[in-house]
Amino acid sequence: MSRIRTKEAAEQAIAVDWTACQGHGLCAELLPEHITLDEWGYPLLDGQPVRRAAVKRARRAAADCPVLALKLTSKPAPYTADS
Amino acid sequence: MPVTEAPAPARLLPLYGADNLPAHAALHGPPPYAAAGTLIQTLADAGLAGHGGAAFPVHRKMTAVAEAVRRTGRKPVVVGNGAEGEPASEKDKTLLRRAPHLVLDGLQLAAAAVGAGEVQLAVEEGTGLPAALQNAVNRRARAGIDLLPVRIAEVPRRFLSGESSALAERLSGRAALPRHPEPPVRERGVGRAPTLVQNVETLAHLALVARYGAQWFRSVGTGEEPGSMLCTVHLAGREPEVVEAAYGTPLRRLLLLGQGDPAQAVLVGGYHGAWIPAAHAVRLRLSAADLTPFGAAPGAGVLAALPADRCGLAETARVLRYLALQSAGQCGPCLNGLPRIAAAFAELAAPGGAGGPERIAVVRGDIARWSGLVEGRGACHHPDGTVRLVRSALTAFAGEADCHAAGYCRATDHTPLLPIPEGSRR
Repeated sequence: MSRIRTKEAAEQAIAVDWTACQGHGLCAELLPEHITLDEWGYPLLDGQPVRRAAVKRARRAAADCPVLALKLTSKPAPYTADS
Repeated sequence: MPVTEAPAPARLLPLYGADNLPAHAALHGPPPYAAAGTLIQTLADAGLAGHGGAAFPVHRKMTAVAEAVRRTGRKPVVVGNGAEGEPASEKDKTLLRRAPHLVLDGLQLAAAAVGAGEVQLAVEEGTGLPAALQNAVNRRARAGIDLLPVRIAEVPRRFLSGESSALAERLSGRAALPRHPEPPVRERGVGRAPTLVQNVETLAHLALVARYGAQWFRSVGTGEEPGSMLCTVHLAGREPEVVEAAYGTPLRRLLLLGQGDPAQAVLVGGYHGAWIPAAHAVRLRLSAADLTPFGAAPGAGVLAALPADRCGLAETARVLRYLALQSAGQCGPCLNGLPRIAAAFAELAAPGGAGGPERIAVVRGDIARWSGLVEGRGACHHPDGTVRLVRSALTAFAGEADCHAAGYCRATDHTPLLPIPEGSRR
């Protein structure tokens, strides 16, 4: 494990488990710079890596989501095939 | 690149009857298990891509599974996916009926290549296939052909049953519903084991590549898309027909464009595919290179020609209603968006139904906005595919939409072209 932590290596992305999300909307209140709500109350992500100033709040948003649908991930989205 | 004008290849669907093991063995011999160790490389050389719709390179998926096996130390599961789900697609069911042993060979060879401990073949219930395939499996067991026993699994006949995560859920004893794509099925699928899900047609091609090699495989098709594919062709007034076509075959030949009844548009790639005006389609080939500029892809090979005297908006509205009902209902944007899109599209499809020009502008604005809201916001690609169909229809049938806005429809024949299962419910 490398001890050098570059900015890129520390970057985290926000993802939503859409099968779990029930549109409580807490995430949009905690992370307004990255998340807004659509007309049905579901989160709209800006698709950007989490800003450094927002990392703590992003962790809280993930931990406080009532159904744990908000995910912080350092990985790119996986491919899906065979739809 | 030479355009393939040669006769259609007949690699997958020979003339002998279903479940005829001696005939199959006489034609192809036993599965070449000795080639399993180098099979992934051979598949890479052949350039075989998946035939379930996404055209993902087979060797990459198998490599990913093999890596997950090394990481987790668990033996993988291999699943043959015969749950085609799409009402307009018949090719997997036809293949399983006419050449089950080619698919079962492919299943065994893929299992040997990734060191699987378990093999399953998923087919739709109510098709008569599970019993026929069980017979085929039993005969192979008696003949000592298979390395691993094959479990035939029945899945519900629904649009999303064949989605790989939904399939893995079902085979793990849960409801056949798509799940969040992380971790992916290739890492944690059936019974939490790394799982290789391959479409049954893909497995049949794999069984041939293992025997006859990459060069043979590439002897038809184009350089970028080698080989052939099974297509389900829908022409008005005829039963749907399953044909094998080389990649690069002109669409006009498959859909008989310019012959008989003139077509106004063709549907390529099924209900998650795209409408292309016939004026363009007549010079396109069955290849991603030709179809991508139109937002389409060969996909799982569903092709339909809409005659000039039918209404493309009405046809699309029927399909959208079905697709909205087939939403698994798990993801908020899909659950909310698809029925609204379908209802708004139905307004456009009814001549004068949306009211005056102002109301039509509102309806079109709603469809565009909701399409943007559902796209990319689901566990599976159901919303994405549905939006693809919507957008292509609004472009291909823009002239018809203007007529509907003026209160009339140009169609004189209102017979539905595309099949929708009766009483479709999720």
